[in-house]
Amino acid sequence: MTVLEVTGLTTQFHTREGVVRAVDDVSFELDQGETLAIVGESGSGKSCTVLSILQLVQTPPGRIVAGEVRYGGRNLLELSEREMRAVRGKSISMILQDPMTSLNPLLTVATQIGEVLQLHMGLDKRQARRRTTELLRMVGIPEPEMRLDNYPHQLSGGLRQRVMIGIGLACGPDVLIADEPTTALDVTIQAQIIDLIKRLRDEFGMSIIWITHDLGVVAGLADRVMVMYAGQVVEVAPVERLYREPRHPYTIGLLNCLPRLDVARAERLTAIKGLPPVLIGKAAGCPFSPRCPQAIEKCSKKRPDLKPAGRGHRVACWAARLSDQDSRGQLDEMYLK
Amino acid sequence: MDQTIAGSNETIAKPQSPTRIALNRLLEDKIAISCIGMLVLFFLLAAGAAYLAPYDPYHASPEESLLPPSWSHLMGTDLIGRDVFSRVLFGARISMSIGFISVGISATIGVTLGLIAGYYGRFVDTIIMRFIDTLMAFPGILLALTIIALLGPGVLNVMIAVGIGGIPSYARLVRGSTLSIKEEVYVDAARSVGARDWRIMRDHILPNAFPPVLVLISMSYGWAFLSAAGLSFLGLGAESPAVEWGAMLNDSRALLWVAPWTAIFPGIAIMCVVLSTNLLGDSLRDAIDPRLR
Amino acid sequence: MARYIVKRLLTAVPVVFGVISVAFVLLYLLPGDPASTMLARSGASAQDIAQLRTELGLDDPLYEQFASYVVRTVQGDFGRSMVSQEPVLELLMARLPTTLELVMAALLMAIPIGTLLGMTAAIHQNSWIDRLVVAFASLGVSIPSFWLGLMLILFFSVALGWLPSFGQGGFRHLILPAAVLAFGAVGTITRTARTSMVDVLKQDYIVMARSKGLAEHTTLVRHALRNALVPIVTVIGLQFGWLLSGSIIVEAVFSRQGLGLILIDSVLEQDLPVVQGAVLLSSILYIFLNLVVDIAYVFVDPKVRYG
Repeated sequence: MTVLEVTGLTTQFHTREGVVRAVDDVSFELDQGETLAIVGESGSGKSCTVLSILQLVQTPPGRIVAGEVRYGGRNLLELSEREMRAVRGKSISMILQDPMTSLNPLLTVATQIGEVLQLHMGLDKRQARRRTTELLRMVGIPEPEMRLDNYPHQLSGGLRQRVMIGIGLACGPDVLIADEPTTALDVTIQAQIIDLIKRLRDEFGMSIIWITHDLGVVAGLADRVMVMYAGQVVEVAPVERLYREPRHPYTIGLLNCLPRLDVARAERLTAIKGLPPVLIGKAAGCPFSPRCPQAIEKCSKKRPDLKPAGRGHRVACWAARLSDQDSRGQLDEMYLK
Repeated sequence: MDQTIAGSNETIAKPQSPTRIALNRLLEDKIAISCIGMLVLFFLLAAGAAYLAPYDPYHASPEESLLPPSWSHLMGTDLIGRDVFSRVLFGARISMSIGFISVGISATIGVTLGLIAGYYGRFVDTIIMRFIDTLMAFPGILLALTIIALLGPGVLNVMIAVGIGGIPSYARLVRGSTLSIKEEVYVDAARSVGARDWRIMRDHILPNAFPPVLVLISMSYGWAFLSAAGLSFLGLGAESPAVEWGAMLNDSRALLWVAPWTAIFPGIAIMCVVLSTNLLGDSLRDAIDPRLR
Repeated sequence: MARYIVKRLLTAVPVVFGVISVAFVLLYLLPGDPASTMLARSGASAQDIAQLRTELGLDDPLYEQFASYVVRTVQGDFGRSMVSQEPVLELLMARLPTTLELVMAALLMAIPIGTLLGMTAAIHQNSWIDRLVVAFASLGVSIPSFWLGLMLILFFSVALGWLPSFGQGGFRHLILPAAVLAFGAVGTITRTARTSMVDVLKQDYIVMARSKGLAEHTTLVRHALRNALVPIVTVIGLQFGWLLSGSIIVEAVFSRQGLGLILIDSVLEQDLPVVQGAVLLSSILYIFLNLVVDIAYVFVDPKVRYG
């Protein structure tokens, strides 16, 4: 069953240099209990996509200019600010990348979790405090009673991120948006946090949108992966399929950036040549074409749209459409050279 | 490496020097342009006062005492019948140059102290900065007042007093920049070829530490000018019959009930100069380093 | 927390010592012989001067003069006025309440107005409200207080006859001078409040607060306001000093018999012990008030409280 359906979402920023198309005609759907990973470089529009869903884009300069976000039979983009506030934090909640900066330094843990409970669950202060203790225990914070009146700077990075997760889960949301929740943490803590979120997802049966620039994190966590580039969706596929048979040259490039155990060290890492695009002005062709080793003439002229490329697999690439199965091998060779 | 920028067909402009970029930003700033215009106007009025002033600013004509503004006396006349407009024009000379000289004193001494403290560090640094801290413990114009108490009133002493009062901010700013610049490779390079300390400071550190000093000069001019005018207003600076805006305001206090114009116009002149330099300072800061906003 | 306060108190000691030293250096070393300076205008004989030199201990070695000066100052003995022969400290203490009343009234006006204006501007960043507030703040720091004072007298006393134009005593006498003194501080506080609030509104925890579904005013009041207050507290500390120094001119404009006026009179008469005493008292007051502000941090910022 689909929980959240995004169609044609487009968000622009008006800057002195021109109009930046941060989110450009993005569509996807999210099933109940599903984890969708949105992958892309920084500036690819992944964070902006989820901020647009919650309508938290700074306006001005940002503006959602088109699209539809269907949730619970309603188009969220048509809700009043008041109705939207009832959705935020309750039905769709969010946790952010950097627990150092995302928790308010002047408020205690109890206040920061408790305020969501008081707001959406109608609890009074005492009830909220009790529930906060339970939540802290649930996210694996030892001796939660001791932590209630702590300030963020008194907690380690891992504990802070657990507090954030506690805030995100406080009202039992249908959708949890996690914006690079492990990037700022070191590797062992990263694994713990990912395990925690997986466990809680299965317990609550919620859906997750997991934003990351790191395809390595995605493998054991996501059901499907959506790859974004320059504000556009370039490829969507179930996770195993994407790893086994990536079709878009950009996805292939990203996968080649990952350290792999089965390839000799010298060949392991390749960077994608060139720089991410400037999103100003209207580009005619595929935004990736200037960096693309596969680019054909058509690529710089006409923008490809998402076309099915197998079961649950869609890709926006002219070259991929032309090529057959074994082109993957050729592309791979080109990158590894 | 191919560094193509996808999607856009714009060409990348050639890299510009920081000075050029700052200058371009400044010229695009309407407020900065109007401030420069205003200051240039005041400068020209001061320079051309002898030609522009309709009357002799010192000439008393008791029969024309306390005339309100009219076509023959644009800003009226004062108690002894001197033309206020002519006095405001001539006043621009003394008032504005007191500000310039005070800032010159602050900047020269402050920059030198800051350079030395930052470059030599350790013991020298501690002594200089302790001294600066102590100067800063005297709030606002208190230090200037103390100095005038010693030297006695007068225009020259006001400039010295206000100049000394402005030293700390220059010293602290330049010391900070010097500390970071002296770690740069080109300073090491200069040292390795045996350049003398004062040469390194003059040729390598000072030019790189200068842009923020420029901002500070522009921002502190308003303060220095205002302090000097204030001291003259208190009767400690320029004394009659010298034409200075602060002193003119002091004279006007007793006339407030009968001849308010003697108070209004010199004050407007002071405000215009201070406002322009302050706003120009803000624009300059934004142009040189937008991150400081 | 106690350790922080003690540490902060200890750092004030060398500054106070420095101020006393500067006062000593300025008045006893710079312009030749203070005894002849002090008696110059009264046409004193060489004998009188010699007698005064002995009285002031000017014939002792320098370090002894300095030591006894520090000891006397710390004990509250600021010497006697050259004009009235009264003890300096008594003279000053009689004037202090008038000045403090003025400074406090100005601060009580400036803090809420400046904070409110700055934050309003930040919330409506780049709108016309913002531009208006920024323009007002620039005017605040650029307008000469002595002129503003004259203009307010012209308007409220001369033209309308609502408020007294000079003197002290009572609330009505305080309004105009306090407003003049507050005007500059409002400018500085507004600018700081705006910058600080703009900065805070960009923080992740504000996005986080909004994503919780909090109402905008809750986000602003609970999450943004207190964080934005931290730099404002610092500026308010510095403002004490500016107001103290600004009160000198304001007292002159409104003929209020405070510290400032006695300072100006004694500068004009070159009554050095009084100048020295007034400057010392103001500086020490300034250092002390900054100390109070630093300690106030403890209540604003938990990092200081538990750090």
